[in-house]
Amino acid sequence: MNALYSLLAVLLLVLAGFAGGSTGAGRGILTFIVPYAAFAILLAGFCARILRWAWTPVPFHIPTTCGQQKSLPWIKPASVDNPSTRGAVLVRMAMEILLFRSLFRNNRARLAGKRLTLSENRYLWLGALAFHWSLLLIVLRHLRLFIEPIPAWVDGLERLDSFFQLGAPQLYLSDIVVLGALAYLLLRRFRDPAVRFISLFTDYFALFLLLGIAVSGVLMRYFVRVDILGIKQFALSLAAFHPLGPNMPSPLFFTHLVLVCALAAYFPFSKLMHMGGVFLSPTRNLANDSRRRRHINPWNHPVTKHTYAEWENEFRDKLVGAGIPLEGEDAGNAHTN
Amino acid sequence: MRDRVWIVGGLAVFAVALTAPFWCAHLGTKNLARMPNLALPANQTQCVAPVEYMRASHMVLLLRWREEVVRLGQRRYVAFNGKVYDKSLTQTCLDCHNKEQFCDRCHSYAGVSGPYCWNCHNQPQTHVAGTSLPPMQPEAAAPHLAFTSPSRFPAQAPHPQSLSFPRSMP
Repeated sequence: MNALYSLLAVLLLVLAGFAGGSTGAGRGILTFIVPYAAFAILLAGFCARILRWAWTPVPFHIPTTCGQQKSLPWIKPASVDNPSTRGAVLVRMAMEILLFRSLFRNNRARLAGKRLTLSENRYLWLGALAFHWSLLLIVLRHLRLFIEPIPAWVDGLERLDSFFQLGAPQLYLSDIVVLGALAYLLLRRFRDPAVRFISLFTDYFALFLLLGIAVSGVLMRYFVRVDILGIKQFALSLAAFHPLGPNMPSPLFFTHLVLVCALAAYFPFSKLMHMGGVFLSPTRNLANDSRRRRHINPWNHPVTKHTYAEWENEFRDKLVGAGIPLEGEDAGNAHTN
Repeated sequence: MRDRVWIVGGLAVFAVALTAPFWCAHLGTKNLARMPNLALPANQTQCVAPVEYMRASHMVLLLRWREEVVRLGQRRYVAFNGKVYDKSLTQTCLDCHNKEQFCDRCHSYAGVSGPYCWNCHNQPQTHVAGTSLPPMQPEAAAPHLAFTSPSRFPAQAPHPQSLSFPRSMP
């Protein structure tokens, strides 16, 4: 049901893009208003969310570790998996962000008959890695449309991506990889009953949206080709705050545009914020040195203390009168029998 | 408290990177919404296909021509308006278009890294100015007869039928 609703939502966006791209008024809105609004929401929402997280107290020192802690000199520590210095934390974070190290430990729990078996499952890690890296490559490659003159490294990425020189326009490897990885990540949610059970609307929506963007982009490059000059002129004019309508307006291009804008506007409010959040995970970005350094919670509220001794002094005569034993200085006098 | 410096700093770097196109557009001196300055053919007004098709899909046409010429030996192309062309990049396309002032300008503007056409194809000599190539032969005055690489193509071999393309695949 979740999958169906999110597919319908994405199809509605596709329809909106197609209809908007086919009418003059819609094209005006999609050219002048929607891209700027989506970008502003992305930028402001992303910053606001990160700043809110930055101002959230992390009172406890809570790194999760996967190896031997640094202790006695003759015990070999796992310096990356259980980092004790800032440098080791940097290495650990880099491995987490660039290589998804914690996902590499993904396990699959299965009931084989009556026995619970745990086995390694690296496909999720592989699919996630393939998807994220190809998405990064695709986003950076799109800079060729937004910057003039094109930086040499963007041209280099483009040449690297079309390395095999298949066909014309040359086939981008990242297009194949991103479609394959997205299809795997989607099928994974459908196939495994346990994963299907915990999959929410937002999980499917993000996947369908990204799939829609990828498919519309692939269609525009390889199947229903569009005038790339007009599109570059449009992108440059957007960047220069002087939006011109695309020279050769194609409804497919507007569909792509609407889906990208929807993704940008949806980004700060969704689970996609893990892009910024991964840097702020306290279980990953803290060094496990809590036995060597004393950590004082910097957000400690000044507490007005009222100790038992003070309380006893305050009610001393009443306590004595009631015959309750005292712990204070002349507690010995309180014995009644 | 010390962490906030890092977080805000990282966020600032990210925001600047995200808005890079805006900075590039406004810090640059050029009028960035400009189109590339393309040299259009002086002697022709109509290409082998409508201009909208050529803008978006010329690479498909070239690829089809290549396959039909090299693999099937078919060199005759009947255009949409009934005109007949020789399927040849060097002779037909570059007869009117200039590689540097037309192909290359547009390709570098759109960021389409050099297609591998030029790994094999030469440019007709008449369009190459100021290079170290030998001076034009008298017969090169007719542009469609000119080749630049005498080592591979004999200078008196204007007609494609006499080129040493394989007639059929082995």
